[in-house]
Order: sequence, then C-alpha cells, then structure tokens
Amino acid sequence: MSSSKDWPLWEVFVRSRRGLSHTHAGSLHAPDAEMALRHARDLYTRRNEGVSIWVVPSTAVTASSPDEKDPFFEPSADKPYRHPTFYDIPEGVKHL
Amino acid sequence: MTAALALGDDALVLSHRLGEWAGHAPVLEEEVALANIALDLLGQARTLLSLVGDEDELAYRREERAFRNLQLVEQPNGDFAHTIARQLYFSTYQLLLYGQLASGDSAFAALAAKAVKEVAYHQDHAEQWTLRLGDGTTESHERMQRACDALWRFTGEMFHPVEGLDVDREALRSAWLESVTGVLHRATLTVPDTPDTGAWSAGAGRQGLHTEAFGRMLAEMQHLHRSHPGASW
Repeated sequence: MSSSKDWPLWEVFVRSRRGLSHTHAGSLHAPDAEMALRHARDLYTRRNEGVSIWVVPSTAVTASSPDEKDPFFEPSADKPYRHPTFYDIPEGVKHL
Repeated sequence: MTAALALGDDALVLSHRLGEWAGHAPVLEEEVALANIALDLLGQARTLLSLVGDEDELAYRREERAFRNLQLVEQPNGDFAHTIARQLYFSTYQLLLYGQLASGDSAFAALAAKAVKEVAYHQDHAEQWTLRLGDGTTESHERMQRACDALWRFTGEMFHPVEGLDVDREALRSAWLESVTGVLHRATLTVPDTPDTGAWSAGAGRQGLHTEAFGRMLAEMQHLHRSHPGASW
C-alpha cells in the first residue's frame, strides 16, 4: 500500500439523484482524473448511492481556515429573518 | 447443461482468483475495484451454476477434472500486469459473448442482458490499466508486454465450440481480436504473434484438463466446505 503516496488525492462529489446537488462523499488516491472517477464509482456508489460523480484534485480546493471561523460564520447566527421559516411550504414540494 | 457449467465455472474461478488480491493489492482503491469485479463474477456464477444444480455442491464438492472453465481464468494472478492482461482478454470475450447471448432467446438471455453491463465495466477497467501500464514507464511497459505474451496462448480456447452455446464463434473471434488489438496498439504494446490455437497452444479446460496451479487454487477454495460439511452460520 506504499505506492499510493505517489498518487495525488482527489475529492469526490456524488449526486444521489436528479434534482439534488452533488455532495462531498470523501476522498481517494488515483493516478489521474479518469481513474479517480472509476475508483469513486467503486468506493462511493456501490450501494446505488449515485447518478453522477465529480472528482476534483484536492489541491484545487481552497478551504476556509479555522482561525477565520468567527468573522466568517458568527455574524449570520443572529439573523433569523434569513431563514425561510415564514412561508407555508405546499405539501409535495421536496428538497426546498 | 454443458454451456451453463462452462460459463459458470469461468466466472467462479476468475472470481476466486481476483479475490486473492484482497489484502495484497498495490493500493486500497484498486483492491476495492478488483473485489467489485470478483463479486460481479460470483453473482454470475451463482446464477449459471443454479441452472445446473446445487451451486454449493458444484462449487465446493467437485474434483478438478469436473471443472469446465477456460485455462485462462485459472492462471495465477502473477504481478498486477498479469492480472490485468488476463482480465482484458477474458472481459473482452465475455462482453462480446454476453452481447450475443442477450440478443438471442437461449436460457442465458436474461442473465446475459444483466451481466453485460457489469462486464462492460470490467472490460473498461482492464483497458484503462492496460493503456496506463503499456504507455507508462519502461518497467510497466515491459511487465505489461510480458503478461500479454505469456497469456496469449490461452486465448484460443475461448473460441472452441461449447455444447449448448449457440453463438457465432467466427464473429466472436474477429470482434475479440479487433478489440484487443486496438487496446494493445493504443497502449504501445505489441500484439503477440505466437500461436493461440493448434498444437502449441494451451487450452483444454472445457474438457476438464487444467494447469498445475488450478489444483492448489481449488484446494484453498474448497477446504473450508470440505472440512466442515454442511456447516452453516
């Protein structure tokens, strides 16, 4: 299992069905994008979880830093009017 | 049901060989890929052997001479290139064979229609690796070429007649050759020109004659069932 250190890391996003967005499923090692897609198929959709897969080089992901947590996320905590809780959602509307 | 036994044994034996990579594959991702292929094949084997009789009896209680699988599928895993070459040769054959069976009205039509999608993925997996190993480093190219050469003599047997298997063998053979040749060329590999049929080729698996390594494989595959007959979870 040592040669995997030579293979780049890929982030895997799976769309579970039409109408939903791709969701991060995990990461894996693969020599290139095409093989990453196939590995993702084997690792993350073997129990019928998906209809579409994206793979992205992990190095292409820019992440927010834990140090920036407060300025990034805290200001939204006291703004309940941003939540769509004042509407009645008609029955039968899914994934809103 | 000679044909069901032949195709079922192909799937069963190759499934076991691929399963031998568990815990030994070069990387975890590839181990899962090979195990997935093995499980697809095991599913096919169960369906096919059930057409013949009790699947457990057939898998675990038969002697070596009673198995009707191709000698190709019983060949040891070797290095990763050997496993991939074996898979490329066999999956291409199975894809074309099941394609023909799926469009017919034999007892295998339903199974073939389902399995052909699984096998298309197996073929693609083997093709992707053949391209990368063949057109990779000097060492990977050499190993892939060596594997393709070593297993070539087992390929002729795939096109021998099998009782009860109603397929156009000539069409199967030419389509197989075209597909495999295409992949090997794109992988910068040389198509072996050694005999794949005739006196110098191997292949009497369909008659129950097997190569040396098969006996050891079978011993391992069957020992649990034979040591504890009738045991259940």
